[in-house]
Amino acid sequence: MSRFLIKRLFSATLTLFAVSVLTFLMFFALPRDPVSSICSKNCNPERLERVRDDLGLNDPLISQYAGYMKGIVTGRDLGSAQGGRCDAPCLGWSYVTNEAVSDTIARVLPVTLSIVIPAAILWLLLGVGLGMVSALRRGTWLDRLAIGFSLTGASLQLYFVGAVLLLVFVYNLRLLPVPSYTSLFDNPAKWASGLVLAWVALAFLFSAIYARLSRAQMLETLSEDFVRTARAKGLAKPTVYGRHALRAAITPVVTIAGLDVGGALGGTVITETTFGIQGLGRTAVDAVRSGDLPTIMATVLIAAVFVVLANVLVDLLYAAIDPRVRLR
Amino acid sequence: MSLSPVEGVALAEIESDPDATMPAAKGVVGRSPGQLAWMRLRRDRTAVVSGVLLVFFLLLGLAAPLIEMAYGIGPREQFQNLLDGFGMPLGYAGGVTGDHWFGLEPNLGRDIFIRLIYGLRTSLFIAFAAALITATIGVVLGALAGYLGGWLDAVINWITDLTLAMPFLIIALALTPTITLRFYGERGQVSSAFGVGVLIAVFAIFGWTSTARLVRGQVIALREREFVEAARASGAGLGHMLFRQLLPNIWAPILVSFSLAVPQFITSEAALSFIGVGLSDETPSFGRMIYDSLDFLQTDPAYVFFPGITIFALVFAFNLFGDALRDALDPKSSR
Repeated sequence: MSRFLIKRLFSATLTLFAVSVLTFLMFFALPRDPVSSICSKNCNPERLERVRDDLGLNDPLISQYAGYMKGIVTGRDLGSAQGGRCDAPCLGWSYVTNEAVSDTIARVLPVTLSIVIPAAILWLLLGVGLGMVSALRRGTWLDRLAIGFSLTGASLQLYFVGAVLLLVFVYNLRLLPVPSYTSLFDNPAKWASGLVLAWVALAFLFSAIYARLSRAQMLETLSEDFVRTARAKGLAKPTVYGRHALRAAITPVVTIAGLDVGGALGGTVITETTFGIQGLGRTAVDAVRSGDLPTIMATVLIAAVFVVLANVLVDLLYAAIDPRVRLR
Repeated sequence: MSLSPVEGVALAEIESDPDATMPAAKGVVGRSPGQLAWMRLRRDRTAVVSGVLLVFFLLLGLAAPLIEMAYGIGPREQFQNLLDGFGMPLGYAGGVTGDHWFGLEPNLGRDIFIRLIYGLRTSLFIAFAAALITATIGVVLGALAGYLGGWLDAVINWITDLTLAMPFLIIALALTPTITLRFYGERGQVSSAFGVGVLIAVFAIFGWTSTARLVRGQVIALREREFVEAARASGAGLGHMLFRQLLPNIWAPILVSFSLAVPQFITSEAALSFIGVGLSDETPSFGRMIYDSLDFLQTDPAYVFFPGITIFALVFAFNLFGDALRDALDPKSSR
């Protein structure tokens, strides 16, 4: 078990390393010169050169990369032009927003978490619940309704659903305020009312996929021998379905859920754009637009960390849920 | 899962029509797996309806210039005289009239119907091209990884993991303008064909992983079978093994994954143009139209519905057809 974990963590670190190198190279190829956006008009060549030196843009690529990675682990001194000392998870200094990138991230990450975590809880409960019910009531009107729901949801686009929700609940019925983010700890009611449309839109589309998947899995499990044996030896239906069958049926759902949640935590670009909420995804988009290299690096890395961690977590969960899966 | 020719014939004999809708007038007829699947597909009402709808959409996209001629309005023509002082279309539902079936865009006053037709053309072209390329890459890499195993398998698997760990939208957002600028420089006029090409390339880089995983799994399942061993023993080369021996046995799942990849690329293309990359405003696109329409949600709500519902119908038809195809090719799977 611990050997597997170490192996898994090692390959995860390797992946993250590769992602960081690739992003670094890729965005270095960005044609926009980061310096020209700092002093836009009256900038003589000498000054440009000095700024470039300050930023370390004249150093070889490898030492720039090494400096960046060192900053994340131990922190580093960025020089007075970039806010001086930059503490341990140092992600650099953005000349576009004029603040340390770690401050930007600290501001926008809670926004994305507030969108994704409640939405994920909602879509998992709704999706898996619906899938289970329709598998157990196979062929009834309830089942057909659930199939229709999941087929429709799987073909709808988030921005369209979001637009319709906005139109109905914000502009026509005026039941909800225009979506915005307030901290949960400042005002929970406002936090919820500002984000509920984003949760509903995300949950609607995702739960469609989960309903479909968990229905298929449950149907397959219900036809297996151990379920029949459990019923035959006299176990009550709720015990058989709820504990034995559910456990076996849910493993593939866990895989997909891990990847989806991990991916979503890295920035829900479309959701944030549709509802006009400034989270990680929107920040990444803005950074790409303005050629803000340090912010792009940070957002891509954070997104990759979430995906990779989710992957490791899924592997561990697998073993916990399904004892047949023995980790090598 | 595998539909090897031998099993196919056996199936035709065993599976004497479980629906029992046909009269029992059959001797032992040998049918190929393809014929069997086609029969099942034709009997499936959902498949027929969604298939017809898809053909309709394809024809609309292919015939866009003809439709433009018949309709008499081009995608870039502006009708400022039909807008009010605030740039809003006059009349009901965003200016729907006999001349402008789906109304006009606010501000620019372009005809929504003909822009949707051209958007359909772009969208379908990109999606089919991307699906073809990713399927090819995925099949080759997946088959190599599965058949050869060893370090090649490990490397390809790791690249797959790496690709999955990259946030697609953000990378695509950054990559598209970079590639364009590398080729055109700061001021070059970017042709829309080039924009389409870049989008397809970005999809190709990121989209091949699922097919590769699928094919790898299938090939591993077949690798130790006798017919593979026999072919290898009689001295077959790598290419012959992969494309003559293994591939014909796994075309069914590949076809299904292809048919379900197309709507995914339609969605991705719309999502990318929704966040403002990819195609310039000159080229009509669903995602772009919906993004533009968000500003007019309160004043012209009809504007969001036409592109929104069109893309829903398109993706819905593809998804239904893909499911039906899976049922037809692999009747044992319950989804």
